Amino acid sequence: MNSPAVALTVIFLIMAVGSILGFLARSHHKMDLEQWTVGGRGFGLVLVWLLMAGEIYTTFTFLGASGWAYSRGGPVLYILGYQPLMYVVSFFILPPLWEVGRRLRLQTQADFFQARYGSTLLGAFVALVGVVCLIPYLQIQLTGLGLIVEVASFGGIHRTLAMILGFALVAAFVFVSGVRGVAWVSVVKDLLLLSCAVFIGVAIPRIYFGGIGPMFRMLMQVKPSHLVMPGATKDLGHAWYVTTVLLISFGFYMWPQYFAASFTARSGRVLRRNAVVMPLYSVTMPLLLFVGLSAVLILPGLSNGDLSLLAMVRKTFPGWFLGLVGGAGALTAMVTAAIQLLTGATLYAKNLFRPLLAPSMTDQQVAKVAKIMVLALSSGAVLLAIYSSLSLVSLYLLGSAGVAQFFPGVVFGLFSRRVTTYGVFAGMAVGILVALFLMLSGRDPYHGLNAGLIALAINFAVTAVVSKLTPAPTMGFD
Amino acid sequence: MKPPSLGAILLGLVPFAANCFSVALWDRVYPIVLGLPFNFFWLTLWLLLTPVCMWGAYRLEEARDRNRRLDQGGGR
Repeated sequence: MNSPAVALTVIFLIMAVGSILGFLARSHHKMDLEQWTVGGRGFGLVLVWLLMAGEIYTTFTFLGASGWAYSRGGPVLYILGYQPLMYVVSFFILPPLWEVGRRLRLQTQADFFQARYGSTLLGAFVALVGVVCLIPYLQIQLTGLGLIVEVASFGGIHRTLAMILGFALVAAFVFVSGVRGVAWVSVVKDLLLLSCAVFIGVAIPRIYFGGIGPMFRMLMQVKPSHLVMPGATKDLGHAWYVTTVLLISFGFYMWPQYFAASFTARSGRVLRRNAVVMPLYSVTMPLLLFVGLSAVLILPGLSNGDLSLLAMVRKTFPGWFLGLVGGAGALTAMVTAAIQLLTGATLYAKNLFRPLLAPSMTDQQVAKVAKIMVLALSSGAVLLAIYSSLSLVSLYLLGSAGVAQFFPGVVFGLFSRRVTTYGVFAGMAVGILVALFLMLSGRDPYHGLNAGLIALAINFAVTAVVSKLTPAPTMGFD
Repeated sequence: MKPPSLGAILLGLVPFAANCFSVALWDRVYPIVLGLPFNFFWLTLWLLLTPVCMWGAYRLEEARDRNRRLDQGGGR
């Protein structure tokens, strides 16, 4: 067999094994809504770790991070910067959130808003925003899947076909396995992805330069400006770095899927302990950046930076190894997309469709609507991925700016008794409008600051002021 | 919910100071440490040091939770 055939065979084998594992993992559990969405709330330290870590090592970090190291240089450091900080934020908000979730039997992020602020409409609004923000994130996974197959087949299989096939598989996978199946596939994918990352991160600089140190020395001679901010960009300097790191650190656990993942834990303490150790899981991240930086010297002039890691692997290693790396990446895209689909579909069915259109629906019927929504969302994302050309990082920053607007409502909701439904509603709406306006009119960064963080600051202010002006609520968590 | 203790919040602010607010101080190539430009070295170092800070915060919060449970008289 020639090398594209070998690579593709390995990729599809890995995807098939992953899917089978997902189907098997569900077989011992009766699949009601609670089991499908939050795994019966019985995950211990290891499984929560894997589920959460699995969601952090996504196609975005795998291809997007090396892609930005290649195309932008210094500004990519924001990824190393925010990773430990988002766990610091999670340390403070996830344990109390879990406690509330257990007491009120919450399954989704919108459930939290609905229960805390006593407003079905607010819950529906949060669900809507969450689903909309998930779409660009889903699109990242799809685009990644397409890139992997395209590179591995040396252009022989078109990206569009790969995306459609891959997503049919993901949708089927979510349909049958639910969150428990996804968690177990995530184990396989993490092992594969981490070992690939370590291996290529060490091997590629060693093969071409004799090590990581010599690689950097050469880069300092050839392109010293690439290694510090703003790198190859004009406007991604220190002010952008600080505001972007803050936005992602606050906003990360506002992604509805990560937010809801905390409900799968067995106890709040599991989450607290997780938050302490999780930054250690990111230590392989610099290695992925080194691959992108090596590509600056070895493969200059790539049309798409997101290709740099795969193109380096293809240039350096035999076909079966490209297949292994591609398979790890494809499985990652699948697992991440599966979680996102599961979350988006449940949000839609439980917090938008039922309360607004069919209040008398039973949980079984909700689960059915959610499964139909899995198909609708995945086909929508496929269409978008085919027609859009944004880079992986740009898509990620767009969605992040949106979900970060939940942060004031969550933090005030957990720790303050004075915040009101109107305050949260107003703050969130204004925040989302400001973020949308700045980003869609090409004003991100705005005067060197991350547009999403500007929106978040305004959101906080509006939430506080409107809460002061409206009557104090009687609710609040003790 | 009871907000976290001040000690834990202060410990949580340490990584924010190191990784985020001080960027102008460490975003430089020199001095090179362990073959890495200083900015890459610094951020990698804080992937390892953040758990140390948060382990301290963990001890504080767990101790506080234990005391609160004792105050309420139940061993739940």
